Amino acid sequence: MVREALTGSRIRERRIMGGLKQAVLAQEVGISASYLNLIEHNKRRIGGKLLLNLAAALGVEPQALTEGAEAALIATLRDAADEAGLSAEEAARADEFAGRFPGWADVLANTRKRVAALQQTVEALSERLAHDPHLAASLHELLTTAAAIRSTAAILAETKSLQPEWRDRFHANINEDSRRLSDSAEAIVAYLDTGADPTDAASSPQEEVEYFLSAHDFSFAQLEKGLPDPGLIDSMVNSAPELKSQAAKYSAAGVLRQVVEDAGLLKLSDLRTAMAEVGTDPLALSRVLHCAMPSLLRRLAALPELGAGLVVCDRSGTVIFRKSIEGFTVPRHSACCPLWPLFAALGQPGVVISERVNQLGRADSPFDCFATSENILTPEYNAPPLMQAVMLLLPAQAGTGQGAPVGSTCRICSHDTCRARREPSVLAVGV
Amino acid sequence: MGKHVVLVEDEVNIAEAIRFLLSNEGWRVEMLANGTNAVEVIRNAAPDLVMLDVMLPGRSGFEILSDLRADPDLADLPILMLTARGQARDREMAERAGVSRFMTKPFSNAEMLDAVRDLTS
Repeated sequence: MVREALTGSRIRERRIMGGLKQAVLAQEVGISASYLNLIEHNKRRIGGKLLLNLAAALGVEPQALTEGAEAALIATLRDAADEAGLSAEEAARADEFAGRFPGWADVLANTRKRVAALQQTVEALSERLAHDPHLAASLHELLTTAAAIRSTAAILAETKSLQPEWRDRFHANINEDSRRLSDSAEAIVAYLDTGADPTDAASSPQEEVEYFLSAHDFSFAQLEKGLPDPGLIDSMVNSAPELKSQAAKYSAAGVLRQVVEDAGLLKLSDLRTAMAEVGTDPLALSRVLHCAMPSLLRRLAALPELGAGLVVCDRSGTVIFRKSIEGFTVPRHSACCPLWPLFAALGQPGVVISERVNQLGRADSPFDCFATSENILTPEYNAPPLMQAVMLLLPAQAGTGQGAPVGSTCRICSHDTCRARREPSVLAVGV
Repeated sequence: MGKHVVLVEDEVNIAEAIRFLLSNEGWRVEMLANGTNAVEVIRNAAPDLVMLDVMLPGRSGFEILSDLRADPDLADLPILMLTARGQARDREMAERAGVSRFMTKPFSNAEMLDAVRDLTS
């Protein structure tokens, strides 16, 4: 049923929500109750002055009764239907549901948003609690101090004849411990409060690098103009406020050197020209541009207008670069899902893998992944290769099908029958 | 002479509170603030009970526990572990290593004293 045809349902719903009888509303707008009944059951079209009068009588904007007002709501309901695995036929009735039951539709849409937000929080906190050494140490300190206070306070309260020297000593201990407890709690709150400046919360050099790259939108125009001055990269990393540790500066300099090298192989302007000709398919582009696939994938990720994600891992499978994309989580501290095409590419040097995947979770959106690996060492006779894998992620066009299910990391993945599972999930719907 | 306990705890104020409580119960309390020489001290002292923190300077409580259990003479020595690391995997690790009792901080004095009595009765 089209949304326009459901104006009557919305009128009926608003009337009932407002506690108005059909006859009363009909009288107020100057029509018969039977005619209003036909309108409310979508058997008569409505518009013009009558629509305005009804909207005024119901105390709502006319748009709230017509199709445009709930486009976002209907889109959210359709997403919820997709996530719940409803049939396409059932999902298409989101319009009807929103029209007939706007209050319930709002509840469902808001609940879905809340669930998504909570899932994001669970992911972040789970990661942090499990793998953040600073937080673990801080909580340990907090509990230890609390234990000292509890024991000492109990001694003071329960020992009837406590000698004065012991009493004074325990009072001093409690005073000291309570100050420590206060300081520890304050430090934890400050640490968890990532509000104003997320770079302060960076718990690893890799996070510092990620903040640095994000601050520049992964785009460095000054490195695209041929070979830069020898000191330019050092100057960039030393002056970046996001890069606090030496390790982060070292890693960021490596990323920037890679940008310079890739820019020398393929100019973004040439890439854009080729894309206008053959589209964004990496294989088609590599044939036109005669560019090595790893460089091409990195250059595609450097185009802001493409909105692509990029993940690079070394031979151990450790992620050494990430350009995040909405809907595909790359864990910061935990090991990634081994089902990603990135890791398949690591084991198949020279092969370009093209695979559509859906990362299970709050978005469950399909992505077209292109992955390959390369030896990053200069070839030498009989020298073992040092492989590095690159994976480009492009959002799949809507309605072109789902992909293979993958996760982000086992702890927060709901795929309970996954053969690649390493550990149970903390999500209730998981293991 | 009362029973003898070696308390390995780097948190001075907790150690002091435990020493007070056990002394009142007639225990002789020997305190160590780090794990470096703990195994050697315990082996020489042959106490009736060891109370062991997990996160210690020098050596961790788990390492000390493993070393003590590896010594046939100390295989039956009651060892009470006191730790703020109360996760299931820490408890499992301690049980695998042969701990007699595992208590998580913060604990009540009564709980701690009950555990000591149970282990040494």
